[in-house]
Amino acid sequence: MKKVIMGNHALSYGAMLARSEVIAAYPITPQTQVVELLSEMCADGTLHAKFIKVESEHSAMAACIGASLAGARTFTATSSQGLALMHEMLHWASGGRHPVVMGNINRSMAPGWSIWTDQNDSLSQRDTGWMQFYCASNQEVLDTTIQAFKVSEALYIPSMVILDAFALSHTYEVVDVPDQAVVDRFLPKFKPYARVTPDEPHAFNGLTGPENYFELRYKLQKDMERGPALIEETGLEFERLFGRRLRLVDDYLCNDAEIILVTSGTAGYTARVAVDQMRKAGLKVGNLRMRVFRPFPFDACRRILPKAKKIAVVDRNISYGHHGMFAQEVKSALYQHAGHPPVFSFIAGLGGRDITPGTFREVVDYTKAHETPEDNILWIGVKK
Amino acid sequence: MKKPKKMTMTLPAEEYVGSGNLACQGCGANLALRYVLKALGLRTILCIPACCWAVIDGAFPHSCVSVPIFHCAFETAASSATGVKAGLEMIGDHETTVVAWAGDGGTFDIGLQALSGAAERNDNIIYVCYDNEAYMNTGIQRSSATPYGAWTTTTPVKFFKDQPKKDIDAIMAAHSIPYQATASIAFPEDLIKKMKKARDIKGTRFFHIYAPCPTGWKSRPEDAVKLARMVVQNGIFPLYEVEHGEKYTLNIKVKDKKPIDDYFKLQGRFRHLKPEHLQAIQAEVDRQWARLLKKCEQS
Repeated sequence: MKKVIMGNHALSYGAMLARSEVIAAYPITPQTQVVELLSEMCADGTLHAKFIKVESEHSAMAACIGASLAGARTFTATSSQGLALMHEMLHWASGGRHPVVMGNINRSMAPGWSIWTDQNDSLSQRDTGWMQFYCASNQEVLDTTIQAFKVSEALYIPSMVILDAFALSHTYEVVDVPDQAVVDRFLPKFKPYARVTPDEPHAFNGLTGPENYFELRYKLQKDMERGPALIEETGLEFERLFGRRLRLVDDYLCNDAEIILVTSGTAGYTARVAVDQMRKAGLKVGNLRMRVFRPFPFDACRRILPKAKKIAVVDRNISYGHHGMFAQEVKSALYQHAGHPPVFSFIAGLGGRDITPGTFREVVDYTKAHETPEDNILWIGVKK
Repeated sequence: MKKPKKMTMTLPAEEYVGSGNLACQGCGANLALRYVLKALGLRTILCIPACCWAVIDGAFPHSCVSVPIFHCAFETAASSATGVKAGLEMIGDHETTVVAWAGDGGTFDIGLQALSGAAERNDNIIYVCYDNEAYMNTGIQRSSATPYGAWTTTTPVKFFKDQPKKDIDAIMAAHSIPYQATASIAFPEDLIKKMKKARDIKGTRFFHIYAPCPTGWKSRPEDAVKLARMVVQNGIFPLYEVEHGEKYTLNIKVKDKKPIDDYFKLQGRFRHLKPEHLQAIQAEVDRQWARLLKKCEQS
């Protein structure tokens, strides 16, 4: 059924259709509508789930982990400061192998207080062992949420479904909300291989010495490495049932492109508009939108990017003392590829400053005019 | 001829905490869990945050306890237990008792927010704080449960703790939870009776169990139970229960309350205290004792 809904509600519908059984959440702008709708769904019986109205995001993730260990499918949503407060528990979720799915609305980190979008909240959590999916439309938010449960529960690795504050979270779009029965076929009930129960007593997460800990982390990485293929397979299976395919990366006119813009989140769709405009003006530009950040799609990057003469990564985030985080990752993916094209690292749109088609034209103008970047970071639109 | 007196076992015979675990000699926390599980039985799940019991249980792949354990993050005993309970309910297990089993640091300090949250929501869990009055697992640092006057590694003799112990029981009573109780390892029958009562109540139930720590208190291991008895008899740690934050009942009636001096003398952590300190402490104990009796009378 087609509905006009906001990005936040696309997350709620995704969690509902996935038949989340325990939801524990704490409010934070701009995430609130996600959990408001879910609490209504729980109250009116649309969704048969326990909704725990916790007193902090830290407790939200702790409760999700506990519920997951008990054998329930769990969901939460947060943003920015809330995600940062959860940081410790993100490690517990992945280290304990709990397939929790969480929506995160990309919001800039304080100070100064900001409710507008950038990616430093989620990208600061990149080494916590969570999968990260960056969305560019409300349909993608809903579809990704359902698929994230499937992939997470196959790998026992938690997932973050990520969308831009306001640019997506509060933007209304037409979304095809799939039938529950078909979703049920795609995503059967969560049945973990181990759970905490008196019927079969185990001690979970106990003191683990150097003789065992290393292997636990090795296994987490090995399962993370299964991620890219599984995400592609899951995308195909989803397409067979719902007619929409989501891939690790979304490449647009990259085959013959001289310059490829590497983007993520809603900026990816803006880039596509810019690419169309520039193509009309005779510029051979393409766009590679990174949907999945963890596990990093090395193969897709190595397949698509070396065809271009130059690569321009536009990051809405920064690793202070280094440069944009997607740029870092792209460079590391290409490092072993002999004669790879130069990678330009642009930073734009921090704190929710608009990224427009004009932003990408500026990026392309610079990239076209320079053989190699003049600096580690090329700032777009900053008042220096 | 007089009939010989027959000894009767006043505690359940079942053992769910194994011997040979990693507790120190004379560990009060070890006895505390032993008695609690005798009351609750096998359909119990423990959520244990960072605390002595995270170690006592044994390193992977060992566990000395017959019930399942979820070792969870330091400040999440209550929220983890809430999550486990919700998860069990959703998969159709409505019977299992979920217990948060935390030390005083994890309860009075770092876990207080999560505990308050669970209590306010009246989540259906039993929260037990075994109180050894300092961060013992990390090596005897002061917590807000450390009593006035005590030496710890972060309150050296020259700057001994000069704040009173936080009144966690009053904090919990202020949440009006259905049931809460204090207990001592020297009074296992009382502990087990109250724990069984709590098991059959729905909502948040809170236990504060006095659990001496010979290692941290610089006392003799063989005095652990003795100290846990003295602390009740001198009124420092009265045994009582509170229902719905209002109805106070004194469980162990102390007819002639003992002076506190002997209790302090058995513990090296108080060795530096002068008679005037003890007098001040005695006065405060008397004041609190009178306050508690009044609450019991009024309810």
